[in-house]
Amino acid sequence: MRLGRVDFGGVVKEVNLAFLPEADIGDFVVVHVGYALAKIDPEEARRTLALLAEAGAAAEAAS
Amino acid sequence: MSPKIFRRRLDIRNGRIDLSHGSGGRAMTQLIADIFHDALDNEWLRKGNDQAAFEVSGGRMVLSTDGYVISPLFFPGGDIGSLAVHGTINDVAMAGARPLYLSASFIIEEGFALAHLKRIADSMGAAARAAGVLVIAGDTKVVERGKADGVFISTTGIGIVPLGLELSAEKARPGDRVILSGTIGDHGVAVMSKRQNLTFETAIVSDSAPLHGLVAAVVDACGPALRVMRDPTRGGLAATLNELAQQSRVGFRIDEEALPVKPEVAAACELLGLDPLYVANEGKLVAVVAADAANAVLAAMRADPLGSEAAIIGEVVADDQRLVQATTAFGGGRIVDWLSGEQLPRIC
Amino acid sequence: MKYVDEYRDGRLARSLAAAIARAVDPSADYHFMEFCGGHTHAISRYGLEDVLPTNVRMIHGPGCPVCVLPVGRLDAALRLAGRPEVTLCTYGDLMRVPASHGMTLLRAKAAGADIRIVYSTLDAVRIAEAEPDREVVFFAIGFETTAPPTALAIRLAAAKRLTNFAVFCNHVLTPPAIQNILESPDVRALGRVRVDGFIGPAHVSTVIGTEPYAFFAEEFEKPVVVAGFEPLDVMQAILMLIAQVNEGRHEVENQYVRAVRRDGNSKAKADVAEIFELRKSFEWRGLGVVPYSGLRLKEAYAAYDAERRFGIAYVPAADNPACECGAILRGVKKPTECKLFGTACTPDTPMGSCMVSAEGACAAHWTYGRFRDRQRRAP
Repeated sequence: MRLGRVDFGGVVKEVNLAFLPEADIGDFVVVHVGYALAKIDPEEARRTLALLAEAGAAAEAAS
Repeated sequence: MSPKIFRRRLDIRNGRIDLSHGSGGRAMTQLIADIFHDALDNEWLRKGNDQAAFEVSGGRMVLSTDGYVISPLFFPGGDIGSLAVHGTINDVAMAGARPLYLSASFIIEEGFALAHLKRIADSMGAAARAAGVLVIAGDTKVVERGKADGVFISTTGIGIVPLGLELSAEKARPGDRVILSGTIGDHGVAVMSKRQNLTFETAIVSDSAPLHGLVAAVVDACGPALRVMRDPTRGGLAATLNELAQQSRVGFRIDEEALPVKPEVAAACELLGLDPLYVANEGKLVAVVAADAANAVLAAMRADPLGSEAAIIGEVVADDQRLVQATTAFGGGRIVDWLSGEQLPRIC
Repeated sequence: MKYVDEYRDGRLARSLAAAIARAVDPSADYHFMEFCGGHTHAISRYGLEDVLPTNVRMIHGPGCPVCVLPVGRLDAALRLAGRPEVTLCTYGDLMRVPASHGMTLLRAKAAGADIRIVYSTLDAVRIAEAEPDREVVFFAIGFETTAPPTALAIRLAAAKRLTNFAVFCNHVLTPPAIQNILESPDVRALGRVRVDGFIGPAHVSTVIGTEPYAFFAEEFEKPVVVAGFEPLDVMQAILMLIAQVNEGRHEVENQYVRAVRRDGNSKAKADVAEIFELRKSFEWRGLGVVPYSGLRLKEAYAAYDAERRFGIAYVPAADNPACECGAILRGVKKPTECKLFGTACTPDTPMGSCMVSAEGACAAHWTYGRFRDRQRRAP
C-alpha cells in the first residue's frame, strides 16, 4: 500500500495514497480520514479565486 | 546519593518499580533518596520529616491543588514532571500571588521504568528551581500493574498575595477588556501529536511555563483595575471565558481575527477537526481589566518574554444568558460554547 | 494552509456578500439545501447566515453520517459490543449517539464493553492482527468518502487471511437520499419544504464526480452546484445557484473544480464495487426506508460481514417521540421548532442524533447560532 507524507501547512502526517496512485511529490491533495481522495488542480484553483475576486470587485464597483 | 544503609545501588538504567518500592521499607526509602531527594534537594527534604514547617511574611495565603494524569508522559516541550510544577504554580499565581512552596504526591504503576521516573523527577526539580519555588513535601505510592497509567502526580502549591489585591472570577464587568498573553492551542497540539494512532510530525512544542513573573508584571501595571486572571488549560480559552461569564453573570464578545494562533497549530487543528479555542494551554493567561488599563497591561505583557504575543481579544458585555460570542473573520457572529464531551477528531 | 486560507478571506467574503445581495431578486425567495454536514458546519462556523440576504434561506440536509444512522442499527452495534469475545472499533463521532433506552457506546464502554476509538479503518485491522483472540468488528458508517477506506481494510484483512476481523457495514449513498428528498410528500405533494437548488457535497463528489447529479437537474429541474467546504466556496456556490434560478436554468455546475472531476475517483469507486453491493433498501433516520441507498458486503466477502457472521437481525427501533430529528433531517423543521431543543436536548445531553455530531443541524445551531433566536424574538 502506497503511503505519502503530506504537509498540512507545517504539520506532516502520513497519508494513504491507495486511491490516488497518480499522486506525486509536490502535489496538493484532498485528504479525508487519512486517505488522499483527489489532487488539487492549481490552475483551476487559481481560476476559482480569480472568479471570486471578479464577482466581489464588480459588486464593490457597483456600490 | 543514598547513604550506606542500602546494600545495592538503585539500578536506574534498567530497573523497574516493584511493589516493594511502595511498602514503606528500605526499598522505598532508597527510591525516595536516590530519585526524589536527589532531584528536588532542599533543607526541608533533607530533614526527612513527615511535614515541612516554614515561616510566612505578611499578606494572604493562597492554596491550590491539581492532579496530573497526562498521556503521553513525555511530550515536545515538557513532561508530566515540569507540567506538575508549572500547572500548580500558575493556579496559585492567577490570584496575583507569588508562589513559594509545592508538595508533590506520586502514584506509580508497578513495572514503571526507574529511568523514566528519574527523568520526570529531574525535570520537576529543574522546573521548580527555574521558577524559584521549592518542593518541600512529598509522598510515594505504588499500585499494581494496570491500576494506573505509568505515573500520576498531584501537586499542591502555596503562595502569598499582597494585602488589598483581591482578584476574583465574579468581578468582570461590562466594558472590561479581555487580554490574552499569547498564542492558543500549543500545548494540546504538542501532546496530541504524540498520541498513539494520531501521530503527526510538527515543530510545535508545549507552552508549559511558570507564569508568576508575568502575573507580577500585570499586577504592577494594572493595580486595582485588574478584575481577574485565569490560565486557560483544559477546555481551552472557550472553557475559561464561559466559566468567567457564568461567575460574573456577564457575556463576552471576542474578535476571532484578534486571537493569536500559530499557523502550525491552526493547521494541526484543521487536520484533526478541532478548534484552537478548545485546545489546552499550559503557559498562557487571560486577564480581564478595566478598559482604561488595557493598553498598560498589554504593554506590560508584551515586555515579558512569556507575553510577547499578547493581544486584546475582546470585551465583557452585558448578557443575561451569559453567552460567549465571537465575531468571525466574515463579519458574521457565532457562539463560543462550552466543550461538549471530549474533543475528538471528526471523520466527516 | 495553501488552497484553504485563500478561501476564508474575510475581505473577499464581504465583497462576495455584496455581489450576492446585488444578484438576488428582492421580490423573490431562495431556498437552497446544502446536502452535506460539512457545509452545514462551515455555514454555522463562519456565521454565513449573517452575511446572506434575508430572502436567501439555507436548509440543512441529511448529509451527516452520524445523524442519519437509525437507532436500530446502533442498537445492533451495542448488541455486538455486548458479546464478550467482540472488540468493537468505531470512529469517535459515534460514541455519544443515543440508542434505545438512553444507551450509548460511551456508556457501554464504561460498563465494560471492549469498544475502541480508531482514526482509520487500518487501525482496526492492526488490532485484529495484534490480538488474534479477539473478534474485532469495525463499525463502518459514512457516505461515499468512508466506504473506500472500509473496502481497503476488508481487502487487506483478506490478503492477511485474518479470521477475526469483520465489518458492521452501515455505508450509505448520497444520490438516493437526494432523490428521496425530492420525491418526498413534504416536497412534492404537501409542499412543506421548498428546495430551489442544492449545494452538492465536496469530498463525496471527489469520489463520485458530478455526473450522478445530472439526473436531479434534468428530472426534477433543480440546479445543483458542487462546492468546496471553505466558506468562500459556499458563498460562490450560492451566487451560482441564484444565477441559475434567476435565469430559469437547472444544471449541474461545479464550483469545486480544483478537486472534483466529472467522473470522480475511479480507483476508489472500483475498490468499493469489488467489495460491496447495493442493499435493496436501508433505513435512514429521518428519511425512513430508502431503496438502494445502502451498501453491504458481497457474498465473496461474507466471512468479513459482521451481520452474517454474528447473525445480526435488524430490529427497527423508534426514536424518542418528542425528538424532531426526522423532520429536521428532511428539512421540514428547523432545530428551534423542536420542543426538546435547548431544553432536554443539548450537546451535553443529546436526545437525538442531530445534536451529537458537530455537523448535525441542531448541534451546529446550538453551538454557533442560537444567539440569533433571541435577536429575532427581541422587538
